[in-house]
Amino acid sequence: MPIQVLLVEDSPGDVRLTREAFRDINAAVQLHVVSDGVEAMAFLRHEGAYPNSPRPDLTLLDLNLPRMDGREVLALIKRDQSLKIIPTIILTTSDDEADVTISYQLRANCYLRKPAHWDAFDNLVRSINAFWLTRAKLPQQIQNAGG
Amino acid sequence: MNRTVLLVEDSPGDVRLTKEAFRDADPEIDLRVVVDGVEAMTYLKREGVHVDAPRPDFILLDLNLPKMDGREVLAHIKEDDDLKTIPTVILTTSDAEADIVTSYKLQANCYLSKPVQLEEFESLVKSINDFWLTKVKLPQQALSN
Repeated sequence: MPIQVLLVEDSPGDVRLTREAFRDINAAVQLHVVSDGVEAMAFLRHEGAYPNSPRPDLTLLDLNLPRMDGREVLALIKRDQSLKIIPTIILTTSDDEADVTISYQLRANCYLRKPAHWDAFDNLVRSINAFWLTRAKLPQQIQNAGG
Repeated sequence: MNRTVLLVEDSPGDVRLTKEAFRDADPEIDLRVVVDGVEAMTYLKREGVHVDAPRPDFILLDLNLPKMDGREVLAHIKEDDDLKTIPTVILTTSDAEADIVTSYKLQANCYLSKPVQLEEFESLVKSINDFWLTKVKLPQQALSN
């Protein structure tokens, strides 16, 4: 069964690294990429350009995004009865303690800092795959995806 | 950095395995154990015998516990403005979809099911250490500490 992963990321370089890392390690992952917070909410709500978007099993969310900030996206996801059970992982360059605390307050499932070097980045994607997509039990798809 | 982990677990066998696996993975980890839900809340609120207890950086919570259920403990943690930022991972024998969904609804940070085999249990604890206590950025201790 394919694993649907939504990546909310505006940096083309990071998108490419994430895509390549998942392709190398887990062929079951279908990576969907949106580049700002407004697109992320449209994807999650099956609106606009995404009427047929699958419900993600896991969301990787950058904090600093154009149009709608990752913090706002996180708050909207975790306030929505249907979306809040989707594990949402913050993946950001920010090392600011305030960002870490706010993310957990807004109910991020975990907070990961993007490493600067590409090989460390690759390694982090492997860890995400190994832990979240192999070890962790994720909530199954809910029947009425239209929610 | 010294990490404090609170393990809420009533099975002595699982407590022992978890202790040994953490000791092997990282001897610096300060593992604290409580055996039921009421004691977990007493610990977290630093009451009774736990008045000087360190705030945990991370919580491993079983679901089926005496006195107060793990679901109720989870709900209390995630409703408390001071405690809710502590990553709380469910570690249980239950594989039931209803328990998984309920736990994520109650804002568990992650759900893990306990493997039956000894080596797999050890490997799971090692992966918790590698991921949650090494890769993940945990919120810093509150200033009031």
